[in-house]
Amino acid sequence: MRRPLSLYGLTFSLPLLVWQVLFFVFPLVFLVALSFWTVKNFRMQPDFDGVNWATMYGRAVFWQAYGTTFALAAAASVLVSVLAFPCSYAISFKLSDTARSWAVFLMVIPFFTSYLVRVYSWQIFLSDAGIVNVMLGWVGLGPYTLLNTVGATMIGYLTLTFPLVVLLQLFSLVFIDRTLIEAAHNLRCGRLRTVFAVIIPSARVGLVIAALFAFILSFGDFVSPIYLGGGDPTTLSILITDTTKSGQQWPRAAVIALTMIGTLLAVAFAAVRFAYKGRTK
Amino acid sequence: MSDKDTASINRNRAVDVALLVYIVLGYAFVFAPIAASFVFSFNSDRFPSIPLGHFSLEWYQAVAGDPLVWQGLRNTLFVGVTVGVIATALGFGAAYTDYRYRFFGKQVYLALALIPPTIPVVILGLAMLAYLSRISLSGNALSVIIAHVVICAPFAMAIIRLRLSQMDPDLEAAAWNLGASEWAAMRHVIVPFAKPAIFGALFITMAVSFDEFAIAWFVSGLNETLPVKVLGFLQGQVSPRINAIGTFVFVTSMTLVILAQILLTGRGAKDRPASDE
Repeated sequence: MRRPLSLYGLTFSLPLLVWQVLFFVFPLVFLVALSFWTVKNFRMQPDFDGVNWATMYGRAVFWQAYGTTFALAAAASVLVSVLAFPCSYAISFKLSDTARSWAVFLMVIPFFTSYLVRVYSWQIFLSDAGIVNVMLGWVGLGPYTLLNTVGATMIGYLTLTFPLVVLLQLFSLVFIDRTLIEAAHNLRCGRLRTVFAVIIPSARVGLVIAALFAFILSFGDFVSPIYLGGGDPTTLSILITDTTKSGQQWPRAAVIALTMIGTLLAVAFAAVRFAYKGRTK
Repeated sequence: MSDKDTASINRNRAVDVALLVYIVLGYAFVFAPIAASFVFSFNSDRFPSIPLGHFSLEWYQAVAGDPLVWQGLRNTLFVGVTVGVIATALGFGAAYTDYRYRFFGKQVYLALALIPPTIPVVILGLAMLAYLSRISLSGNALSVIIAHVVICAPFAMAIIRLRLSQMDPDLEAAAWNLGASEWAAMRHVIVPFAKPAIFGALFITMAVSFDEFAIAWFVSGLNETLPVKVLGFLQGQVSPRINAIGTFVFVTSMTLVILAQILLTGRGAKDRPASDE
């Protein structure tokens, strides 16, 4: 507050700034430069050539993957929001304080445990002779092909996003003014109507932000589409890993990556606009 | 439809029970893969499914006998601990900066301190690989550390910032008025108060680094961490060995996260008024 420039203050402020500029901003800026480089004889060389952009944007495969990825991520974010809402609603309104903190405690754990291994584990459930098909067999159904389908990819996205979305929804629901709900009830507002007319509008910012995070996470994920979806249909993240790991076409991968960043920025901007629409504060 | 709204608040037993069942189903969905990995790591069958075979430790023995797994584990631990320490230190500095100072461009500073985890890991992985190989830093454990600190520091920053916001802002000023230098006030007032959050942040950042596989996969080259090894296994065939490694990975990161949460909620909330220094 007082003197902004002192050795003391800089000791604490500068390290993070330097680190993030050097290893976060610079790599992203370099990605932009890289997208204009050219590849000759399997070697990249600095250049200023729009050929990578033209090549990638001229390919039907790219736009197909773009559409697929966008649709899958949008579907995942709607689906997880809808599925998570009753859970976070129940946790915030139907549980005691103690039970609620346990619920939060438990939901934080999977958010920080290996997503990769959890996806592998789903293969045990979904494979042709897996747990789900065996159980369906007991009641005389199946077996169905569950693995390597879009549905399996969706389960992977849900695994990735469900804990975070529940937590974010929960934090917006917990802070709703309870007197609003009582008022609605006193005015003879039914249960469902209270949810849609009072609770969801009051928690809108949190709900939209939660859906946005679900979109961002699913849009960039490459594990579920490969290991649960079988790599088909191809998503942008699969295109990036393939293009990067097989050969020297990094400039083209950079084009894909930058297109993804642009899309995410646009979606985030639109979502935040929508979340705060009509809000005065 | 025929709900008997009895007393003050909307209460309907059927709806309440249905909602509680729904909570249980939600948690079952989240924990099913973790539980399955645990159960099948002790199961003798080569292809994991039900009914279960008999209890067996062969997958653990197979994993323990694989020198590559040990190599990966060493890399992971080395990277995780280093990342945890650096990220927590950087995060603490940023949290304190946000807590105490107001300056031109603070929004940008905070954006840099918080945004990195929201960028998809494939994009960061590619950017890091291209950039670090340009400055000849890619393909070793150092490159993984550099990249992981970028995404871990924001977690540390957020955790410690939350703790600092519980502190009475006059406390530091009081220490100065009593003749403490800024450094002394930091050592005797701020750090002791933030200590649970500092350790919480350390454990969380270690857990994040421990489980991060995508960026590590891009930049690690031959010095693969354990999760990158798992990714390699996945590209091969289904093997119960992954369950054994997975169980180990789950237990480790769960322990770290549980410790962090105990530090952050349990003590953090209670010793609030007593700043016993």
